[in-house]
Amino acid sequence: MTPPMLDRQSADISTAQTANGWLARMREKRITLAHGSGGKAMRELVEQLFVTEFNNPLLAALEDQAVVPLDELQQQGTRLAFTTDSYVVNPLFFPGGSIGELAVHGTINDLAMSGARPLFLSCGMILEEGLSIDTLGEVVSRMKHAAREAGVVIVTGDTKVVERGAADKLFVNTAGIGVIRHDVAISATRARPGDVVITNGYIGDHGIAILLARNELALESSVESDTQPLHELVQEMVRVCPDIHCLRDATRGGIATVLNEFAASSNVGIHLSEAAIPVHETVRGACEILGLDPLYLANEGKLVAIVPREQADPIVEAMRTHPAGRDSAIIGEVKETPNGAVVMATAFGGTRVVDTLIGDQLPRIC
Amino acid sequence: MKFIDEFRDPLKAQSLIREIRDLVGQIELCKRRPIGIMEVCGGHTHTIFRYGVNKMLPDEVEFIHGPGCPVCVLPRGRVDDCVALAQRPDVIMTTFGDAMRVTGSKKSLLQAKAEGADVRMVYSPLDALKLAKAHPDREVVFLALGFETTMPSTAFTVLQAQREGISNFSLFCNHITIIPTIKAVLDSPDLQVDAFLGPGHVSMVIGTEPYRFIAERYRKPIVIAGFEPLDILQSVWMVLKQMADGRCEVENQYRRVVPDVGNAQALEAIQTVFELREFFEWRGLGSIDYSGVRMKAPFAGYDAERKFEMPNIKIADPTSCQCGEVLKGVIKPPQCKVFGTSCTPENPLGALMVSTEGACAAYYNYGWIDRESIKPAKVSA
Repeated sequence: MTPPMLDRQSADISTAQTANGWLARMREKRITLAHGSGGKAMRELVEQLFVTEFNNPLLAALEDQAVVPLDELQQQGTRLAFTTDSYVVNPLFFPGGSIGELAVHGTINDLAMSGARPLFLSCGMILEEGLSIDTLGEVVSRMKHAAREAGVVIVTGDTKVVERGAADKLFVNTAGIGVIRHDVAISATRARPGDVVITNGYIGDHGIAILLARNELALESSVESDTQPLHELVQEMVRVCPDIHCLRDATRGGIATVLNEFAASSNVGIHLSEAAIPVHETVRGACEILGLDPLYLANEGKLVAIVPREQADPIVEAMRTHPAGRDSAIIGEVKETPNGAVVMATAFGGTRVVDTLIGDQLPRIC
Repeated sequence: MKFIDEFRDPLKAQSLIREIRDLVGQIELCKRRPIGIMEVCGGHTHTIFRYGVNKMLPDEVEFIHGPGCPVCVLPRGRVDDCVALAQRPDVIMTTFGDAMRVTGSKKSLLQAKAEGADVRMVYSPLDALKLAKAHPDREVVFLALGFETTMPSTAFTVLQAQREGISNFSLFCNHITIIPTIKAVLDSPDLQVDAFLGPGHVSMVIGTEPYRFIAERYRKPIVIAGFEPLDILQSVWMVLKQMADGRCEVENQYRRVVPDVGNAQALEAIQTVFELREFFEWRGLGSIDYSGVRMKAPFAGYDAERKFEMPNIKIADPTSCQCGEVLKGVIKPPQCKVFGTSCTPENPLGALMVSTEGACAAYYNYGWIDRESIKPAKVSA
């Protein structure tokens, strides 16, 4: 999946060179304002850390921009997908991942939800004065591995340092570019009565993992973030059914929010079946204790798709052969009414509305 | 999840619903009009909507959502006092999550926090006490809310603060007590309630005896109910059974948690720390005599109302707001003049729209679509 102009060999050389190598060469052990000043310290940080770790010829050129020949993109599709996202998660490291994986997977997934094949990422970092270089190095290393595993290349970047207190340790922005093949036309407006709703596995893991990693609750659990890139799974889905109607990754606000967006944009009613929605026991348990609803919990590796009914079984079957889609399931269907709303048959046998969330989910008191 | 899934078994629910239908056929009143059962507690309201229990019952049985959401009923003037306290630079204001969103006459604690006030969400008053120990140079105030359910934990925290000699901790006490509240509802002339589901967790503390007057003096059946959907259905069945048999009694469906005598230790802690206030203002209901508590004189040092200057201004409820009528079962939430228009969960005008446990917010979030338009989804996989 590596873009053609970047051969894999150059990427592999980096591993041997950098394992602990760059850290020893850095003079400072903490980020200072000098690392963002444009002077020698900044150049050292960029060259020793970012260029060495992300190692690729487009970045190593050290121009103000990455330059990509158009004809090589055109061989892969007819349209560009372009997106950006900022990552400010607290804590930086949590069970199952870190801000580094999120920054790569999140932007890849935003591209992938258009059916695009993600190719290039940028990496903008805002660092708080005093941040340990070790921490920064670990985040960059995680980004490197996440990008390499996903077959995308980080080709341009920027670093700013702000005074202590003006940012919380480390923020990352990544923008991404991908290419969409000509026969795919995914849009939130395309859900039609009779369509079927699919998700690729257990929901809510990321939300609970982050909440518990903050250690404010004195609860322990084995829940890990589900952060993972979804573009290969989507490519598989598109291969089986180019005519996927709607597709989004269910990040903040959970699957409830995405489905409400689909229902509103397509003017249809979405009917879920609670018993069919995969939720880990541990996540259900944490939700019970905290008064949260898994439908609204954040995910970092879950998508919701709306597909024509006759394609549903082949798609789910294909998804289940991919590691990111092993637990894929049909969770509901689209009807004409209630217009613009999501309703759910509860496992208990009742029905209820699944509305858009107002603000954050705040725990109930009693 | 063992011990939870048993209380959400759809097959058991179906057989209970069948028995409820049978009972409805035996009750004369049902032939003239639907029976109104008030669930006093906001936790019940939440379960009813979350699991769609209301949609499963026959049309002859209706829930009337009572005043039991302590967050919702906090009057605007008290929220203003709380915001004023939070804005003092020497104060760290602490409270439970959903209390942060309740608006006063101008703003909520959440908005005050955005403007720079130090407001922190805690999960227990003991967390607030911990904060006080960690910040000896600041005053940590805990916004204490709730019925007898949360009162003991607040009382124990104050007693612990006293034992440990922590002087930079205090309560802004807005606890309310259940019995005068139910009595106020029963005494309102336009009441449309035939029976009650009694609050489970309050009863765990106070026991079942204090409700006797409801059955004996007011001739209304009451069943103390648990919070799982099968608890609710079974309690409805028990209420209807009483009506079919012509009985009015206090029954306890939630025996696995509620002992008839309550919890002596918790009651003692409440008695030690708190005393009744003569007047206490409710959002949507006006003043209910002897429904609020305050801290006894020996604990004045832990009482934020005595420790700090507060505006203490009464702010009347908006005139368009019909929370009182909804609470008494006179109208249903969507029948209120401002429901869903100038009063929404984003911008609550009335008490009942404030927290997800409030009747109007629950209706707005879960229940507004009429019964007919929703049929359960049929799903293969």
